[in-house]
Amino acid sequence: MFAYTIRRLLAAFVLLILMSIVTFLLFNASAQDPARLACGKNCTVEQIASVRHKLGYDKPIATQYVLLIKGLVAGRDFPDDAATKKNAPQTITHCGAPCFGYSNFQTSLVSTLIKERLPVSISVAFFAFVLWMVFGIVSGVIAALFRGRWPDKILVGLALVGYSFPTFFIGLVLYTYIALQWQLVPTPEYISPLSDPVGFLRGAILPAVTLAMIYIAGYVRLTRAYVLEAMGEDYLRTARAKGLNERTIVIKHTLRAALTPITTIAGLDLGALLAGTPITETVFNFNGVGKLTVQSATNGDLPTLTAIVLISAAFIIVANIVVDVLYAYIDPRVRYA
Amino acid sequence: MSEGITVAEVAADRPHALGEDFLQVENLKVHFPTEDGLVKSVDGLSFDLQRGRTLGIVGESGSGKSVTSQAIMGLHRGSRAQVSGQILLDGEDLLQVSDERLRKLRGNDIAMVFQDPLSSLHPYYTIGNQIVEAYKVHHDVKNSAARKRTIEMLDRVGIPNPQRRIDQYPHEFSGGMRQRAMIAMALINDPKLLIADEPTTALDVTVQAQILELILDLQREFGSAIIIITHDLGVVAEMADDILVMYAGKSVERGPVNDVFYTPQMPYTWGLLSSMPRIDRVREERLNPIRGNPPSLINPPSGCAFNPRCDFRHQVDDPQRCVDEVPLFDPEQLHPVRCHIVPARRKEIFESTIKPRL
Ligand SMILES: Nc1ncnc2c1ncn2[C@@H]1O[C@H](COP(=O)(O)OP(=O)(O)O)[C@@H](O)[C@H]1O
Ligand SMILES: [Mg+2]
Repeated sequence: MFAYTIRRLLAAFVLLILMSIVTFLLFNASAQDPARLACGKNCTVEQIASVRHKLGYDKPIATQYVLLIKGLVAGRDFPDDAATKKNAPQTITHCGAPCFGYSNFQTSLVSTLIKERLPVSISVAFFAFVLWMVFGIVSGVIAALFRGRWPDKILVGLALVGYSFPTFFIGLVLYTYIALQWQLVPTPEYISPLSDPVGFLRGAILPAVTLAMIYIAGYVRLTRAYVLEAMGEDYLRTARAKGLNERTIVIKHTLRAALTPITTIAGLDLGALLAGTPITETVFNFNGVGKLTVQSATNGDLPTLTAIVLISAAFIIVANIVVDVLYAYIDPRVRYA
Repeated sequence: MSEGITVAEVAADRPHALGEDFLQVENLKVHFPTEDGLVKSVDGLSFDLQRGRTLGIVGESGSGKSVTSQAIMGLHRGSRAQVSGQILLDGEDLLQVSDERLRKLRGNDIAMVFQDPLSSLHPYYTIGNQIVEAYKVHHDVKNSAARKRTIEMLDRVGIPNPQRRIDQYPHEFSGGMRQRAMIAMALINDPKLLIADEPTTALDVTVQAQILELILDLQREFGSAIIIITHDLGVVAEMADDILVMYAGKSVERGPVNDVFYTPQMPYTWGLLSSMPRIDRVREERLNPIRGNPPSLINPPSGCAFNPRCDFRHQVDDPQRCVDEVPLFDPEQLHPVRCHIVPARRKEIFESTIKPRL
């Protein structure tokens, strides 16, 4: 088990390195001139050259990549050349580890930006996760237990309706009616859950519900299918033949088997959400990573985009590992394999 | 009373002499409505069983053996199955009792061993957890007491090192050990009736014999009545007191094991016997399967359901009867047979044609 975890971590590390190379090449070695993008539209040739030098885009591409990694691990200086450091140390900007570079558009270090934005995205993602897990799984179980009868039809039907509308539409409808028109909840805004948990829940309920809507439908159907599958298993017949009561049969025997595979899917879905949700954050005007992604993509803000891609990848890779290791704990057959 | 004659000896001589039938199945029907039509998996089955005795139910796959055993366990409740008839256990009709009463009987008075021990055990719980649960649901005892009893039972069914094995998962057991654990689970509440549905089919040959031996041993010890279901006549010949042969959801021959095994009367039983693998036979000669396929249970052949596959129809004075008329089956007889061939003629055919080929 320990060796397995170590092996997975090593593989993940290699994967991250590869991801970083691909991302770097994609953004920094493309037809676009990164210095020009960083400087903006109305820059003179001299200004562009100066930006290029300052941000290190004048160095060979391999060196640039090494500097990026060095910045992540140990921090770096802009511009990173010995002469300037000696002659005019006051013009050097230091970017501490983990350094993702400097965003000219946001006039801020990318790491500072991320540090501000990430908690917004992560906390909303977790809120949505809890909602869709609870509602999705409970509805799925009920639908399966009442298979073919009206609770099943209603739940599966509702889930499908929720699933058929685009996110921005659900978001806008909720915003307009629940928050503005009927004022059932306060106007959505981000309040840190660490400073005011209740305030956070009230402020983030609509974006969380919007996000959860996309997933609930899938989870209702998934849970329903897994529960029905488990109900057909031979070991459930054994459980009945023992004379167990219906509650034990459902909770201990059916759900244990049905929900285990859902853990995997849930972990991966959550991992993919942690790095922000562009549409939902934009609709509700939450300053999370998702909204930052939209801004950076529109502006050609390469350092920020690189950082977001790398962080998203890291989340997904880590989620994969967590899920695999977790699975080994909850499925005894994997543990010994 | 003269000494030396035990009840068992009397019973062995005259199987119906014990009088008190512990399990009585009367005109049992289990029908499944499906898109293709009504599947009549069990269609008017009757048999009975006394305490401490073993009934072997044989028949090709699809003849309704498992559906019958599941009906006795009440496992069709809550499904689409239409069940009718009577299943009297100690005079109590299992088809009429409340769900709660049935739950109390299951696992406690009637227990079941299934065909595939791997899929029949929950993969996420240890063997011990699953057996302890089976004990505790019928006994108000502490975990430690249930665990102690489980270890004893695992030991009793021949699982080595039960103190350690109790905490292992099903996939860590071999096939034979899993089936032993299933048997321990079934017997832990000392049931009066044990149903074993093809308990050795999923196991390899050497293990099969051990498991059957174990079931017989335990029966002697606990005195349960046993229904053993199999498609292997050899197994029942060794284990059972009586044999019931099923075809297309109906009984076609029934009687004490020696009668059915050594002087079978129904062409279908002859077919089963001829297709039985035997060690003393040369390999090429061994398999002599019954020609044709098992019948549809939605539209079974009219008359005798076996008639399209029967090689002996011409032995009936009017062969048309095989197609027109369902042969009677008189459960009151010691060795009833569902066949239009007259009894004397059947005996003759068996002696002259079938027996020499077996
Ligand atoms: N739930 C069900 N729905 C429809 N048909 C069924 C169902 N269960 C069993 N059957 C049919 O009943 C017949 C008898 O099955 P079974 O009792 O399992 O045979 P076997 O004698 O091999 O144990 C089979 O043809 C099977 O397809
Ligand atoms: Mg069967």
